[in-house]
Amino acid sequence: MTRDNKTVPTEKGERQMMTFLEFEKPIAELEGKIRELRSFSHGRDFDIGSEVGQLEGKLGRLLKDTYANLTPWQKMQVARHPERPHFKDIVAHLTEDFTPLAGDRTFGEDEAVIGGLARFRGEACVIIGHEKGSDTESRIRHNFGMARPEGYRKAIRLMDMADRFGLPVITLVDTSGAYPGVGAEERGQAEAIARSTDKCLSLGVPLVTTIVGEGGSGGAVAIAAANTVLMFEHAIYSVISPEGCASILWRTNEKAKDAATALKITAQDLLTLGVIDKIVAEPLGGAHRDRERAMNMLGDAIEESLKSMAGMDGERLRRLRREKFLAMGAKGIN
Amino acid sequence: MSWLTNYVKPKLQRVLSSRETPDNLWHKCKACGQMIFQKDFEANQYVCGHCDHHDRVPPAGRFNALFDEGKFELMSLPRPVQDPLKFRDSKKYTDRMKAARADTGDDDAIKVASGTIGGTEAVVAVQNFYFMGGSMGMAVGDGIIAGARQALKLNAPFVMFTASGGARMQEGILSLMQMPRTTVALQMLREAGLPYIVVLTDPTTGGVSASYAMLGDIQLAEPGAMIAFSGPRVIEQTIREKLPEGFQRAEYLKDHGMVDRVVHRHALKDELATILKLVMGGQYRRRAAAE
Ligand SMILES: [Zn+2]
Repeated sequence: MTRDNKTVPTEKGERQMMTFLEFEKPIAELEGKIRELRSFSHGRDFDIGSEVGQLEGKLGRLLKDTYANLTPWQKMQVARHPERPHFKDIVAHLTEDFTPLAGDRTFGEDEAVIGGLARFRGEACVIIGHEKGSDTESRIRHNFGMARPEGYRKAIRLMDMADRFGLPVITLVDTSGAYPGVGAEERGQAEAIARSTDKCLSLGVPLVTTIVGEGGSGGAVAIAAANTVLMFEHAIYSVISPEGCASILWRTNEKAKDAATALKITAQDLLTLGVIDKIVAEPLGGAHRDRERAMNMLGDAIEESLKSMAGMDGERLRRLRREKFLAMGAKGIN
Repeated sequence: MSWLTNYVKPKLQRVLSSRETPDNLWHKCKACGQMIFQKDFEANQYVCGHCDHHDRVPPAGRFNALFDEGKFELMSLPRPVQDPLKFRDSKKYTDRMKAARADTGDDDAIKVASGTIGGTEAVVAVQNFYFMGGSMGMAVGDGIIAGARQALKLNAPFVMFTASGGARMQEGILSLMQMPRTTVALQMLREAGLPYIVVLTDPTTGGVSASYAMLGDIQLAEPGAMIAFSGPRVIEQTIREKLPEGFQRAEYLKDHGMVDRVVHRHALKDELATILKLVMGGQYRRRAAAE
């Protein structure tokens, strides 16, 4: 199943401003009050420290309450938040010497998937992931993170190279799904995804995946059949978008919230199901509130996972990865 | 054993309980609209005698047509956790399953059997589109894994008939995980030097097309079969254009290099028999790894 939703591009001018989600409105209002109070007292001769302190305390509690009780639908909005760290941000923050490599050597270059050589915490590696873009121009260039066959075939080529040169592979998943288009179908979207999954499962080097934002269907799994599957606390991973599921099973888009709940798309549910291995905590209020901290925590989790596989030979890495997937699904949610 | 209890008995019950209405006496061709005597239609392997339209075939029809003298051994398949997500949409998943089971007499959307095809032993898995659209959940994944393991045990090729609208949404992420799970099973065959042959039948879409359906050593397809990752409606909504004639049909996929051969159903058994003999008959063929 594919997904038909799209991230709505925000206007260019909005980028400096924080984007607030619907359910974050009380938070935004409180932050506005604090800002107002500060600017009002600025340069004047009275102390508002205790008032601000009080409001900030309230803000902290509100953030904590809100984010501790997000519904699956709200998490989906957080996962799609335009200011959430994306592939390029994470690579810039966590790696050195990043050398992007382009093309599938067959047809073209698809920038919905980026990949290349890099140094992560001192170790040479190959890093591959979806990039959604961060403004109108780059979103179009990256096709909103919806890859065509060329994107997956580039991923296959880079994983193959990593395998040959003994480089661990790090993948970052953030896509609403593979691109549903005539050209993509014509050039074998299904085959490209199938081969990419196949390649993940045959690698003789460690493969660590993180579901960073959206893990949309086959377009996600193609680079996520990994030894370790990490997932950000408020990311989602699903066989179909809640919107798509609602329109098929309920025959109306209006039931998308119910579908989001029924599909069990949250990191917490997926950990229970044994589909992911570890949840990476996000800063209070989501990764978009403190991108740097979120990325550091992600870096620590990836490093920990890679360390746990240090020294394992290819045969063992392959066997562990396969056994993990074969064992999946033995338990349901109660 | 399971063949009798799971298949024949419910079918008998259905035949006995249903009155002989024109509904099950006659088949109306989906393509040309002609009425065909149901018994003739089945005898013709669900191919329309008027326009040659290939209709969908339930697993038993496949096995009977494919295996020598219609003789085969049905595998008993693992029964995975039922309703792992406690899923409910407008209906409960468990109720949908009950209805599908009552309707087909089957446990889920796949059957696996072994026997000989033109003298070559083979394991054959068939997806049943009539069971919840052939959708792929844990049971289908487990069936494919069990089939591949049986092929390894018998040192025999594995033939997969795909027919599926894609993932079983009611099993959520676990249905998505059947993509890597089944791929692991195919890798085991590959490493043992055993052929994996896919027959793409109508329809093969979504997560099924993007995993085991596209990983065959040899890819056959039935005429006119819809084979796609994204369904035509989704694409039309995205690009807001009319789709090209014959788009995503078996012949189109062959023209675009995704399918080796488009084979008429009446020729399929002979074709498979020839291919299996050739592909298993290499003089440099590796000997069975195990035993
Ligand atoms: Zn007809």
